[in-house]
Amino acid sequence: MNAMTDDWLDIGALTDIPARGGRVVKTPRGCLAVFRAADDTVFALDDRCPHKGGPLSDGIVHGHNVTCPLHSLVISLETGAAANPEEGRVRTHQVRVAEGRVLLDPAALRS
Amino acid sequence: MTEKLVVIGAGMASGRALEHLFETDPGAYEVTLFNGEPRGNYNRLMLSPVLSGEKSYEEIVTHDDAWYAENRVTTRFGEAVTKIDRERKVVVSKGGETPYDKLLIATGSYPFILPLPGKDLDGVIAFRDIDDVGRMLGAAELPEAKAVVIGGGLLGLEAAAGLRLRGMEVTVLHVMGHLMERQLDPSAGYLLAKDLERRGIRVHCKAQTKAILGQNRVEGVLLEDGTVYEADIVVMAVGIRPETRLARDAGIEIERGITVDDAMRTSDPDILAIGECVEHRGMLYGLVAPLYDQAKVVARTLLADEAVFLPVELSTKLKVTGCDLFSAGDFSEGPDREEIVFRDAARGVYKRLVLKDNTIIGAVMYGDTADGSWFLSKIKAKEDIAAERDTLIFGPAYAGGAALDPMAAVAALPDEAEICGCNGVCKGKIVQAITGSGLSTLEEVRSATKASSSCGQCTGLVEQVLASTLGDGFQLPTAKPVCKCTDFTHEDVRRLIKAGELKSMPAVWQELGWKTSCGCHVCRPALNFYLLADWPDDYVDDAQSRFINERAHANIQKDGTFSVMPRMWGGVTTAAELRAIADAADKFDVPMVKVTGGQRIDLLGVKKEDLPEMWADLNAAGMVSGHAYTKGLRTVKTCVGTDFCRFGTQDSTGLGIRLEKRLWGSWTPHKVKMAVSGCPRNCAEATCKDVGIVCTDAGFNIGVGGAAGLDLKQTEVIHTARTEEEAMDVTVAFVQLYRENAKYLDRPYRWIEKVGLDWVKSLVVDDLQSRMALVARFDHSQSIYQKDPWAERVEGEKRREFEPLADLRLKAAE
Repeated sequence: MNAMTDDWLDIGALTDIPARGGRVVKTPRGCLAVFRAADDTVFALDDRCPHKGGPLSDGIVHGHNVTCPLHSLVISLETGAAANPEEGRVRTHQVRVAEGRVLLDPAALRS
Repeated sequence: MTEKLVVIGAGMASGRALEHLFETDPGAYEVTLFNGEPRGNYNRLMLSPVLSGEKSYEEIVTHDDAWYAENRVTTRFGEAVTKIDRERKVVVSKGGETPYDKLLIATGSYPFILPLPGKDLDGVIAFRDIDDVGRMLGAAELPEAKAVVIGGGLLGLEAAAGLRLRGMEVTVLHVMGHLMERQLDPSAGYLLAKDLERRGIRVHCKAQTKAILGQNRVEGVLLEDGTVYEADIVVMAVGIRPETRLARDAGIEIERGITVDDAMRTSDPDILAIGECVEHRGMLYGLVAPLYDQAKVVARTLLADEAVFLPVELSTKLKVTGCDLFSAGDFSEGPDREEIVFRDAARGVYKRLVLKDNTIIGAVMYGDTADGSWFLSKIKAKEDIAAERDTLIFGPAYAGGAALDPMAAVAALPDEAEICGCNGVCKGKIVQAITGSGLSTLEEVRSATKASSSCGQCTGLVEQVLASTLGDGFQLPTAKPVCKCTDFTHEDVRRLIKAGELKSMPAVWQELGWKTSCGCHVCRPALNFYLLADWPDDYVDDAQSRFINERAHANIQKDGTFSVMPRMWGGVTTAAELRAIADAADKFDVPMVKVTGGQRIDLLGVKKEDLPEMWADLNAAGMVSGHAYTKGLRTVKTCVGTDFCRFGTQDSTGLGIRLEKRLWGSWTPHKVKMAVSGCPRNCAEATCKDVGIVCTDAGFNIGVGGAAGLDLKQTEVIHTARTEEEAMDVTVAFVQLYRENAKYLDRPYRWIEKVGLDWVKSLVVDDLQSRMALVARFDHSQSIYQKDPWAERVEGEKRREFEPLADLRLKAAE
């Protein structure tokens, strides 16, 4: 197969994530939230809101944003930045879809 | 010396390649053309017009015998190549070996068949070649023939439309949430489904096919949810795969397709490939325009000319007469992207442009696609549109003009649309009153038509009808809209959902002119509630539009853990239930067990992934979810009543339990708390609840609209019921009226402040017919929605919400 796919981590099928929803991936350095937007774009972010650590994977996904379930901070899935006027940014990770599988950049496991 | 060229596959790409070859240098090659089908090149794009009867097979043949003869092409139709021997440079078929100097593989693609039980039954047909069309037409001749098409993409819909035109009863099953999801967004998908349904095609989205039924031939299709559609044929149109077997066997490099370089050469320089079987720079192509480009390139490569295939921006159109759609480029959302949305509810038009850095990168259109190529040219040219941005969406014909009319959605309503639900006043009557009697104020319209004179929730809409009828002659007061996606208030939206019979979110977005393509986290939960409350039979609850508590059926806590609260009917429990709760607390290391104000026990600090197992344990002990997290019925608090209390006048505990059993599981605009006290001492504190019943010797005093939260408010009594049954009916009718009319996140007391207690009383108490109709509608909704969410999530697909997608903790961080 493609040499590229060997380096990336296969974390599941795209259809395992509900459209406009998120799932958790556990890693040695904490949980990641992996989202699938309505247009099937996939994103991976640390699963901690920069505000009070809320689990972003439990938020409502709208467009390429997620609203934190604890205090409704809106976080950009692309940049990890909180929408104005709030401050803060959550770490984002490379993730891509190939043949229906969601592949995560192994750098996400490193601090 | 003339070289030998062997071509495998007589499809659209190879036909075009041969044309280019002969045009440039007719004598360069001696060509042998193999085709597995017993015929030559024809225009596969035109299969759907042949299916529908708009064209004949003869009309879509692109190259006939005369053409092959003229160009001295040896045709070997109906003869499949079975092997390529690269060492000896020959291809093998049943007629023997054929030598080549250059070989062109154009094997195209094969239809993907879902691995379902019954897929091999007679009557399961792909939609790939003229023989498939022949099989479909054969089935269409049966009386009352029924077809099920699996796959709501381009191909599936064209097949469906064709079969429908041939008189068949057609159902389209599509696994995604809307049709053609690769090319369309949900709004355009909604309009497409509406158009197809108008022409008699049934569309079933989110359809998981479980099996194709039948003994020897197809009889029907079974879905995961148990639905069965009868079928004489099943057309499988779920996708195509590159046909690469010959190339693979010959040891040519393959990824998803046969990999080719920019000159369309495979890993063997004497073998070239084009069409749907190839992969170029990681991309597969299925549309005709890039395949024709490949044909041009391969012809030049064969003649040793330099040529390079460059991928281009693609656009899609659906060949179904009357369904006008267009899509091009990239229309996903993003923070660095902006969108311009135009909707015309009256004409069923939707247009959306996606912009990035002042260029158009994507366009989706439905209903009016005349400007599609104009937008496509701007996408291709990456043109800076900053200067024309304001009028861009109107296309090339537009030259300056006024902003969009915010009243367009109301103006588009038909005259029969009911504006005032209380008094049954439709739009036409209001317009007639305004124009006929020269009315110009809200009060005049109210007294003349009764519109908005009862609960008053449609006031905003009546004002908009005034404004759209009188133009500048009426000044609209400003009201607070639901969110930035719309100018309508919650009350307007609720009324219009009923009046327009809007039964899905895309329907609301389109018909009410939503300014965003898919709503936001503010409007989506509200719309989800309005739709399920108004259309319990039609609307499918959307979990992704719910707050996590209602999606996970547990209360999220500040550290991301959850609390679990089993129902205790009327606050009564048993030793066995308490034991099961204690066991669960031990087993899952619950850090806090707390008795709540609603007379039940809360287990706090449970990890999300432990929820399904804990629920399974509690379910096994006979307990169900307490819905302590929902906008729905929470608890019915009770005192002990006549069973034990020396002051008790009625069986307050029993009534509380019966009410809770009747009302649990219903969704409401906000949470609903109830209580029943057995005597006026009111130990159950019923007078600060949303509905509180206080028993006396004479009967049951039913109070509504209490509050003991941000605001403190005592209930007001609306009725004294003689019997328990009457008390139940009045309570249920009140809750249903609240469900049907209140703004999302208004508790009952806030809603009553807006509509007035007299109006509530008149429908729930005074008018017995209205009361019983409300009760019937509530019970009907409960027949669909009253189910234990825990049991549903312990097993099956809904469980995945609680499980991690992957556990990489043991993966060494390399």
